[in-house]
Amino acid sequence: MADFGYKIQEDRQINYDSNDRTLFYFLKRVEPSISLCIGCGTCSATCTAGQFTQFDLHKIMLYVRRGEKVHIANEIKKCMLCGKCSLVCPKGINTRNIIFQTRKFIHSNK
Amino acid sequence: MSYDPFVLPFSIGLVIVVILILWKYFRWIFSHEKAERVKILKLIFSFKLFSVIKEIFMEVLFHRRIFKINPVLGYMHSSFAFGWFLLILGGTIESKMHNHHAFNMFYEPIFFKFFSHNIDGFPFASGFKFLMDLILLYILSGLMLAMAKRLYKKMFGMKKTTKLRLIDKLALTSLWCIFPLRLLAESFTSAQYHNGGFLTDNFGNILAKFLPVDQLEYPAWWAYSIALGVFFVMLPYSRYMHIPTEMVLIILRKAGFKTEKKYTGFSRVEVQSCSRCGICLDACQVYATTQRNKMLPAYFLQSVRFNKKGKQGLTDCLMCGRCQEVCPVGIGINAIRRVKRNELFDEKGAEFEYLEESSIKSKKADVIYFAGCMTHLTPTIKRSMVALLKKAEINFWFMDEDSSICCGRPLQVLGKEKDANILADKNRELIANSGAELLVTSCPICYKIFKEEYNLNIKVQHHTEYLNELVNIGKLKPANLNFSAVYHDPCDLGRGSGIYNQPRELLGRISRLNKSENEKEMALCCGSSLANLPAGFDDKEFMASEAAEQLCVSNPDKLITACPLCKKAFAQACNERKTSNQVDVKDIAEVLAEAVA
Repeated sequence: MADFGYKIQEDRQINYDSNDRTLFYFLKRVEPSISLCIGCGTCSATCTAGQFTQFDLHKIMLYVRRGEKVHIANEIKKCMLCGKCSLVCPKGINTRNIIFQTRKFIHSNK
Repeated sequence: MSYDPFVLPFSIGLVIVVILILWKYFRWIFSHEKAERVKILKLIFSFKLFSVIKEIFMEVLFHRRIFKINPVLGYMHSSFAFGWFLLILGGTIESKMHNHHAFNMFYEPIFFKFFSHNIDGFPFASGFKFLMDLILLYILSGLMLAMAKRLYKKMFGMKKTTKLRLIDKLALTSLWCIFPLRLLAESFTSAQYHNGGFLTDNFGNILAKFLPVDQLEYPAWWAYSIALGVFFVMLPYSRYMHIPTEMVLIILRKAGFKTEKKYTGFSRVEVQSCSRCGICLDACQVYATTQRNKMLPAYFLQSVRFNKKGKQGLTDCLMCGRCQEVCPVGIGINAIRRVKRNELFDEKGAEFEYLEESSIKSKKADVIYFAGCMTHLTPTIKRSMVALLKKAEINFWFMDEDSSICCGRPLQVLGKEKDANILADKNRELIANSGAELLVTSCPICYKIFKEEYNLNIKVQHHTEYLNELVNIGKLKPANLNFSAVYHDPCDLGRGSGIYNQPRELLGRISRLNKSENEKEMALCCGSSLANLPAGFDDKEFMASEAAEQLCVSNPDKLITACPLCKKAFAQACNERKTSNQVDVKDIAEVLAEAVA
């Protein structure tokens, strides 16, 4: 099929009954600034790892809020923790700590 | 032989403390490999031994470094250490001369006046009387200062003193009791037998006027002995363990021991050498800004010592190294912090397989330029560097022009050594394939890891060093732009790598460089350090504006630094300065590019 650079989105439903939002509540406690996120995507635009692969903090933040843990566990490993995202964040969110704590949470809840 | 039951508390305490300390020494030293232990023997049988003895005398007894930082505090510490040492030494000589015998019981010098009522009749007897009282007075004066310090710490120029644990408080109380009780006991004895010097004799005579000295004498000697015994028993479990530990630290350090990747016996020695004197407290910017105190070195080392791993304060530290700079004992605080972070966080959490498919290809060149992740957020720095390198006609390869692989230090400072190594391997391969002889980087964070951990077989320079060299050999000819400037030392470049002169030399050519209050070793951190995880945006902004405020006291035209993180932090802070004189924040490469153009 010809590649037009866009495609039809897969049908996805967010099922809050089966999703597990404990990570989000954990993060809200250890890094309250997560609540400030407006989803602007500046973090993803500047990301060092994002230059090499599909890695999107902006998307991860969405997953965290929705409680889609499987996606998060796979994605969060790609980060180099360089900290550029926390420098560019217009809301001053400590994104580096969010990623660090997410990894810790996933590691200890395996 | 003289004996009385009251010497028992002191004697038992002394025996216990000696056994415990020897056991500790044994454990520390024998936790090291044999090859390392040999280094201690080598040191002992070399001429270096004299410098070790000198350092032990100057630091453990005289507290030279504390004197340098704060003379009153130095006097206080040395009165206890040096004074007590002299008291023991003097007492030993005095009692041995009196007995005309080289051997007597170990408690006799301590309770000399009790056992020997007639102490004349040997050479310098009256001189000893005078000296021993003078030494006691010296210690008592230090004790007064110590008490005053707990009440009015401002008198000592200290904003804060350490909070004590219960056992420290008990040990402190018994220590404070020792010398006043000795004064009382000796005075009571002297009032009856006139065997004291100017202090105890006169004081005893005054006391005798309204006190039944003959009845009080014996209990006073008991109390003195008990105070000593209690202090000895508590010593190994309290902060006073630093007294017998610091000399071991000096010996091992001279023998070449270091805390590196593991928490070793030497690290234990370092941790127990901390007397919690509190000098580090005022140096900490995170504490000054946030009032959080768990990360303060005195408390952090304490929590490490008592096996709490220091969790709470572990990540809340800039690792700027200011505390290490002022520490009178010279404890490698940052290294211990890093080891502890590794212990807690070094699980494999990252996967960088995607780097295998990266499109970065090594290019043959003489010089590699690595801007670093952060420099991409301050693009004028990298543009200036490229312009300068072109101007100097250098055959260079801009390694991270399009996409950069992080150097790994941001992971490493958070204790994720394994993850960092994956990135380091990848970068090392790229660097080796280019065949360059020199790696220049714009970011002090990258610089430190390239230089210290990558084990590259080529030279690594920060751009301040390299540009200064290019100017010195005439490849770049900057004009004097004649503006006034202050230079800010980035933590990893200054304290971290010892580069202070090159940037100053370079700036001296193009500007009038002003001095600022906290320079070089004591430079403030801009607050953006990647080693601190929990500090939020507001904390960092506050630290940056405090530092900027201090740097700009002389109202310079430009505030110049050599780190993209510092530049960004100061640019933000200075934009929001409310004073009328705005200052221009620049990286050293940017001003040089202007001067050359």
